[in-house]
Amino acid sequence: MATHLILQKIFKTGIVSEPAPVADPALRTREQALHAEILKVFGQAVAIRHVDAGSCNGCELEIHAINGPHYNIEGMGVKFVASPRHADVLLVTGPVSRNLEVALRRTYDATPEPKWVIAMGDCGCSGGMFGESYASCGKVSNVIPVDVEVPGCPPSPTALLQGILAAVSAGGSVSGA
Amino acid sequence: MKIGDNDWNLAPFGQHVWRGRMETGQLLALARAVKEAGGQLVALWGSDDRHLAPDTQAQPAPLASRERGGFSIHVALLTGSGLAWASCALPADAPAYPDLAHIFPQADRMQRATFDLLGIRATDAVDDRKWLRHGAWPADVFPLRKDFDPGRPPTRDTDAYPFIRVEGEGVHEIPVGPIHAGTIEPGHFRFSIIGERVLRLEARLGYTHKGTEKRFEGMDLDTGAKLAGRVSGDSHVAYAWAYCMAVERAAGSGVPERAAWLRALFLEIERVANHLGDLGYLGNDVALSFGFMQFWRLKEDWLRLSAKLFGHRYLFDRIVPGGVAVDIGDAGRAELAAEADRIEAEVRSLKAIYDEHATLQDRFANTGIVKPELAARLGLTGLAGRASAQAWDARAQFPQAPYDQLDVGMATHRRGDVLARAEVRFAEIHESLRLIREMLKRLPAGAIRAPLAPAAAVCEGLGWVEGWRGEVVVAVRIGADGRLDRVHPHDPSWQNWPLLEVGVLGNIVPDFPLINKSFNLSYSGQDL
Repeated sequence: MATHLILQKIFKTGIVSEPAPVADPALRTREQALHAEILKVFGQAVAIRHVDAGSCNGCELEIHAINGPHYNIEGMGVKFVASPRHADVLLVTGPVSRNLEVALRRTYDATPEPKWVIAMGDCGCSGGMFGESYASCGKVSNVIPVDVEVPGCPPSPTALLQGILAAVSAGGSVSGA
Repeated sequence: MKIGDNDWNLAPFGQHVWRGRMETGQLLALARAVKEAGGQLVALWGSDDRHLAPDTQAQPAPLASRERGGFSIHVALLTGSGLAWASCALPADAPAYPDLAHIFPQADRMQRATFDLLGIRATDAVDDRKWLRHGAWPADVFPLRKDFDPGRPPTRDTDAYPFIRVEGEGVHEIPVGPIHAGTIEPGHFRFSIIGERVLRLEARLGYTHKGTEKRFEGMDLDTGAKLAGRVSGDSHVAYAWAYCMAVERAAGSGVPERAAWLRALFLEIERVANHLGDLGYLGNDVALSFGFMQFWRLKEDWLRLSAKLFGHRYLFDRIVPGGVAVDIGDAGRAELAAEADRIEAEVRSLKAIYDEHATLQDRFANTGIVKPELAARLGLTGLAGRASAQAWDARAQFPQAPYDQLDVGMATHRRGDVLARAEVRFAEIHESLRLIREMLKRLPAGAIRAPLAPAAAVCEGLGWVEGWRGEVVVAVRIGADGRLDRVHPHDPSWQNWPLLEVGVLGNIVPDFPLINKSFNLSYSGQDL
């Protein structure tokens, strides 16, 4: 009986979720006006829309990973959503390929204000190994405004969470996270 | 090399690989002979050879003088005796070769991409629509040509693409993407449906085309290994190994025995990590989030151990030209072996739940079927191919060291549905864990890296590795200056994307995410 086996496995496994890391405000590249005011409204719950703008899919592996049981992101108020219209944060990976430039701009425009953009990975932060070319616009901030940059190839789940928390923590201080 | 009744002008070129140059007419005959003998086309790509002096281009067989200074078309064909890499020289003006897609349908998109990037045309091809080119460069500019001007400003052309339309009463289209609702790579899917049934699916890819092949040009060999590993991040080890194998073949260098074993160890670790993740997502896609959480718990434990033992969760940049960058000590060996035992036991208990779970079995079985005959005709490969009775696994049939000493068991299935693709993953996890334990036990002593012999002239090599998704092939040409001149990385997703379109026919739209996940193809790997 599957239900019996499932319950047995759940009880045997126990809870593997770990405490949340603290925000890393050093990853912030831009302070938006009214940042603190906005956060009063947002509280600590944040809806994220992921956009792969040309990644090698390495960063996506870590986005999947933070959705796993060790990280308990929904317990921290972080939720991935299916549409930019539902999102507070765009999490953008990859060098922005020219074939996706328009789609990325449209996604940004479709995200309601106020909004934050997190560029994830070396490619998103600097263009990485792919740089700028006939096919690549390079870093995300070449195409849309970026608030937080999380470097790494790919960044570890903890670094990614620190960046997400930095985007939505009170301006300039860690204590608001 | 003998295929069918004929002896072809192909000479041994490393283990299980054959190499030769021929006329285009002969290429067509070779393709037919390979098809008749039950082989497949694995890869097709082009190169601009106009900058090469005639004598340096003559490796391994001399060219007819009238063909010097033009382009080349290359194919890699899978045969009973290994991989045959055949090339044809093409003239500098209006380079063209005979269409191969009427023999091997999987050649279609590769031919279109070769035209987009190099302006080499497949004569009489039925489908000559653009593929990787969207609007970023005009139709008469070819980025992989050596005289391409990297400084030219990009165009912003409207990206019109003629999808094939299905018409009739009650038929309508659902366009999906390029940006999808989940955390997956971008691509466009055009469904033509009636009610909830899919009448036709046509994919439009190329959105993550970021100029990877152009980027290789002029790179030093060590940096090239890093870029190769980033063609498709989930197959980093497979690409880095295939690239290094190609570079080492070109330079005529070997790698220390221990390094070869460690590379295979990394490849199996990568396979286990990806299969664990996919089995979790397959559960998730039939609303069994328990399955997702359990498999992703195991995957996370597995990745953390890789980070602890080798310094990177996905083993990025641990394979380098000449060997590997990291070793494993006795304590690490014991720890990895113990973890392999634990994962094996946990996967067995989860398999028992998947087997017992009625909803999951109902959704998996008879969903997204690709029958063996169709799989053979259209060239389905790798893991998905093995789930449709296409019994090819380079580790088992054409083993490089250390697989030649490990007697790899191949997992196959005949059903060709989501269930079969899940079953193959389960079987391969167990086989990979066995291989990992075996390799840890028998790991030879010695150095882990040997210096590459510097190349004095233009040289070529090819690497071929059975990654978790299927065969990864990397062809490399090193220039006389010792830097990369042309690199073509080939992902098995090239062959399998068109089969996803076939597998989804007659299924309901809500099963598409499940079917898609059961293939789990790479966008970045084929978009390049």
